[in-house]
Parts: sequence; C-alpha cells; structure tokens
Amino acid sequence: MEKFISLTDTAVPLEIENIDTDQIIPARFLKATDKEGFGENLFQDWRFDKAGNPNSEFNLNNKKYKGSILVAGNNFGCGSSREHAAWALKAYGFKVIISSYFADIFKGNSLNNGLLPLQVSPEFLKKIFTAINSNPSEKLHVDLENQLIKITSTEASEKFEIDPYKKNCMINGYDDIDFLVSRKEAIQKFEEKTFQF
Amino acid sequence: MKKTLFDKIWDAHVVESIPAGPDILYIDKHLIHEVTSPQAFNELKERGISILRPKQIVATADHNTPTENQHLPIKDLLSRNQLKQLTKNCEDNNITLYGLGHPYNGIVHVMAPELGITQPGMTLVCGDSHTSTHGAFGTIAFGIGTSQVAQVFASQCLLVDKPKKLRVNVNGELRYGVLPKDVILYIISQLGTNSGTGYFCEYAGNVFEDMSMEGRMTVCNMSIEMGARGGLIAPDEVTFNYLEGKEFAPKGEDFEMMKIYWKTLKTEEGAKFDQEYFFDASDIEPMITYGTNPGMGIKLSDPIPKNTGKSDEKALEYMGFKEGESLIDKPINYIFIGSCTNSRIEDFRTAASYIKGKQKAANVNALIVPGSRQVAEQIKAEGLQLIFEEAGFSLRQPGCSACLAMNDDKIPAGEYCVSTSNRNFEGRQGQGSRTLLASPLTAAATAIAGKITNFTQNLN
Ligand code: SF4
Repeated sequence: MEKFISLTDTAVPLEIENIDTDQIIPARFLKATDKEGFGENLFQDWRFDKAGNPNSEFNLNNKKYKGSILVAGNNFGCGSSREHAAWALKAYGFKVIISSYFADIFKGNSLNNGLLPLQVSPEFLKKIFTAINSNPSEKLHVDLENQLIKITSTEASEKFEIDPYKKNCMINGYDDIDFLVSRKEAIQKFEEKTFQF
Repeated sequence: MKKTLFDKIWDAHVVESIPAGPDILYIDKHLIHEVTSPQAFNELKERGISILRPKQIVATADHNTPTENQHLPIKDLLSRNQLKQLTKNCEDNNITLYGLGHPYNGIVHVMAPELGITQPGMTLVCGDSHTSTHGAFGTIAFGIGTSQVAQVFASQCLLVDKPKKLRVNVNGELRYGVLPKDVILYIISQLGTNSGTGYFCEYAGNVFEDMSMEGRMTVCNMSIEMGARGGLIAPDEVTFNYLEGKEFAPKGEDFEMMKIYWKTLKTEEGAKFDQEYFFDASDIEPMITYGTNPGMGIKLSDPIPKNTGKSDEKALEYMGFKEGESLIDKPINYIFIGSCTNSRIEDFRTAASYIKGKQKAANVNALIVPGSRQVAEQIKAEGLQLIFEEAGFSLRQPGCSACLAMNDDKIPAGEYCVSTSNRNFEGRQGQGSRTLLASPLTAAATAIAGKITNFTQNLN
C-alpha cells in the first residue's frame, strides 16, 4: 500500500447527501476479476447522460474543479460493501474524501486501499463548501500525522479522528494482511483452545 | 458487567486485542460469491499466501447469474468469465462451491441458512453487505470488503473495532396484513439511514419472538439499510426447530449439546446498550418507499412528507413524485418479488395466497425470483407455481436478479417497480429505474391492481 502522510490540493465539491456505492460505481461494472479500469466508470450515471455525453452540470465534469480531494455531503458511501467503490475513487485520482459522516464498510474499504476518509463536523464541512464555492482554486491542507485539516486561505482548521492503528498503517503503507499473517501462531493457539463449529 | 447477546459471541471470538486498536476477531464461517472474491484470490496469489482454512469457506454463484436457461452457457462474456474464475479459484483452493445448477445453489443469504450452515453463536462474514441476514439465528454476521475477504482467506480472522450496541424493541400486536418487511421499513423510516452507523443492533420484543425464521431474516437483512453493521435476534425454540434436520446442522446428540449452549445466548437482564429505541407494533402499517434511500418510507396510505432539504428534492425529482401527494392509485408497470430480503418460501406463500384465483393487471410485468434452488423446488411442490402462472406472473430461476440488475433482469429507465428487495437507490434495478420498496403482499396486490392500492381493506 502507498504511504500517506500529508497533502495540499484543490478539491471537487459534491454537495449531495447519502451518496451510495451504487452511484459511485453502478453494479453493471462489477463483472471484472481484477482491480483495473474502475476509474473510468466512477459516478458513471451522474457523469454521463444516456447517450454517453458528459453531463456538464456534474462537478466532476466542471473544469473549474480539479484536485485529489473529494468533498461530499453527509453519509458518504452507504449501501453495498463493494470495494470497487474505493478502487474507482482511487483510480480516478482521489486520495482523500471529506464528509461529515461515512458508512462503516466504505470507511474500512477506503482505509484498506490507502484512500483517506476524513470526517469533519457538519459546520466545518459547510465552511469547506463555502470556501470552494467562492474560489474553486482554494487549497485544502490535510495533515495525517497531526490529524488536522485546514482551509489554506482562511487558515480555518479542525482536528479529525482516526483509529491509531489505521493511522499507523496509512503513514507506513502497511496493511492488515501483513499484520494478521504475523499473528498466525496466536490464531492457531486460539483454534486449539476454543470450540470449532 | 452484564453482557448482551452480542458481547457474549464477540468476546468468545477475540483472539487478541491490540492496545488502543482493533480486535483480532476469529471467523467461523466465510461465505463467498463471484463478484467480490476474485480480486481477493488474486491478492493472495500475488503475495504467495495460501488459504488458511478452506473448509470454513462456502461459495455460491448468485449476483451475476441469469434467471433463465441456467443449463445453457451464459451469454454475457464478462459474467461467464467471472463464474469461470470462481469455479477455478474454488477448485485450486479446495473450497466447496454450490455453483449454478447445483441443488444447493442460491443467493448466499438464502442458501446458507436453509442448509444449516448458519448457526447460533457463530461469527460469519461475506463480501456482501446483507450478510446481516444471518443475524436472525443469533449469529454475529456482517458484510466485508474485498481486502477483508483476503484477510479472512489468509488468517481466518479480521481486524475490527468492536462496534457499539443498539437495541430496537418492538412490542404489541401487529395489524393484519403487516409483514416483517413492513416492520423493518417502518423502523428505518423512523430512525433514518445512518442511525445505526457504528452499531450492531439487537432486535427484541414479542414481535420478533413471534416471527418465523424467514421473517427474522427479512428484518436482520435490512439492518445495513439503517447503517448498522449487523442485526441479531436471540436464538430460541423457533430457531432450534428451524435448524433441526438441516443438512449441515449438528445431528442427534451433538444437536442436543449445542442446544444447551445456544440457550445461553441471550442478553442478560440489566446489560447496557449504547442506544435503545422502543416502538409500538400497533403503529405499524404496510409500508412503501417514495424516494431513493430506504429511509424514505411512508405508510401506504400516507402522503409523501414535505421535503426537508436539497437531497430530498433531488430524490423526488428522480422518482417523479411531489411532496404532499399520495401514492395510492399510481400506475405501476413492474413488480419484483425476490432478493435476499424476501425470496424465501414464506414470502411466496404469502404472495400466492393473495394472488390465488386473481389475474395480474394487463399493464404489469410481474417477476417472481426464488432465492434458491430449494425454494424453487418447494414452490413447485406446494403448487404455488400453478397459482403464479395462472395469474400471469413470470416465475424465474433463482439468483439476485432485478435486485441489482447485473444480469438481464432490468427495469427500464423511468419505469416504477414495486420491489421486495432492499435498496431503492438511483438506477439500482437498471439505469433510470425507479424502485418502491415494499412487502411481498404489497407487491402482489400492486400487480393485481396495476397500481398502488390500499389492499388492507380487501384482506379477509
Ligand atoms: S439479492 Fe440483492 S441485496 Fe441480496 S445479495 Fe443479491 S444483490 Fe445483494
């Protein structure tokens, strides 16, 4: 896994609540057996109309907005457990998703792929949207080490929470498989002493 | 400290707790299917790690399978390839696969319980969010992502933070025509789609105690739609009677021994929950959703509430509905009875009992998709097939089908579908499709009337 320590970049705003994984990557794109190519189909049904032409009203198609940070409304990533959603966001080029709430499974999937789900307060989320709406080239600064997110022009900032274990994994680029395999002995001992279904 | 049902099972499965970090949780059963497993198999292969406990894994093909002509090669090349890959991965790793055409094949959350693979007190995971279904047995069951599928392959364990605990109590008497699906749609409409995030939910109260296993599975299935990782119900005589004699359930003396243990799986009096809600059963009526998340549900006879924000406006625009309007008498051209929420034998018995002797309306396409081969056989054996066919319903072969529209079973753009599945997201049943979630009874009544109707008046 790639390491993530800090990032300063512009952001794409998606002021929509409850964005579910079916919108992030529609089910008809889940027939692959590898992790390649999901970026092209990210938000497919919002990005393109039925004839396949880009929908100019959708912010991912708006030239004004660029960057590796996606800022979304409350409860991002609800719905299916498909990790394809995290792969698609990552492949498209996002490194951080900011929202005031993340669905559990999506949050875990993102962290397992080095994509940072960064939860801020509803008030701070509003501040970010306001800042980007008034200036699309506004930069956000994400400091994982100090768990701080800052709007660079106004210096407004907020601390964010992250599981210490997961933070360590992100910063060092480790993942759970490495860790679990290293605990094999403990797992086997557990199997010996407990009831097996 | 007094323990909840959830604590008892969780604590018994913790291999180690990482200080200020997650627990290493041991997983008893791992179910896999074609869509979320291939990348996990690749991951292990790339790292040169072998699967630790192949015997604890069971595979089925369900998401991507056709519901017609299952004996023929699959037409869609990508789908065919995904199933081929699953077969090969299972063969290479000694994993039991109940593939397409096998008598045990079916939707993962229908076939595993009916085979007795799911048992009380277990931890069970699957790369599918509706794994919460299995909680109906008093099982800690939850959906995982593909990276976690790989973790379980490699270690039979997961690194997870212990969730908080929530209890939803429903007591009292349910009204006539109110099904388990209505109970869970009502709960979600009251609490909202992220009320359960970070929690595991226990359902308690006489309403759940009085439910069949099928009904309990419908309820637990939709726990994820309020954001909870899973839901569970304490096992009792209903659970034991359901399990007894099932293919992979313990037999004879073993069964009796297990029963002694299973009976201890109850929340102790005075155990603490982080959050608790109480509902009165008599407040619940047949429910239907009008928006694009499962929390946007109303009583069939209620008007659509005045919207509260931008996202609601967007949802109503997508659905083509207006605030304040009633859904009664809306013409509907599609109904779907199926999915891991409502495709068990009881669901089809209920639908058939309403349909019997009636005809579907001419405008309606009515799709009936059993959850498994076993359910399909039972539909035939009990004479339900005849009822459906005579009424003009199309009975298909088992699979996820129009629940997520990965195969050819799609609802056309702009069309409404009253569906017994669990998600009404934009485009869930096909690009541009509009889903209204409801119970099998509501779906059946809609098919007969050709429009949404307040059928409770016609029940006898
Ligand atoms: S029936 Fe629908 S919700 Fe259930 S497992 Fe299949 S796709 Fe998922």
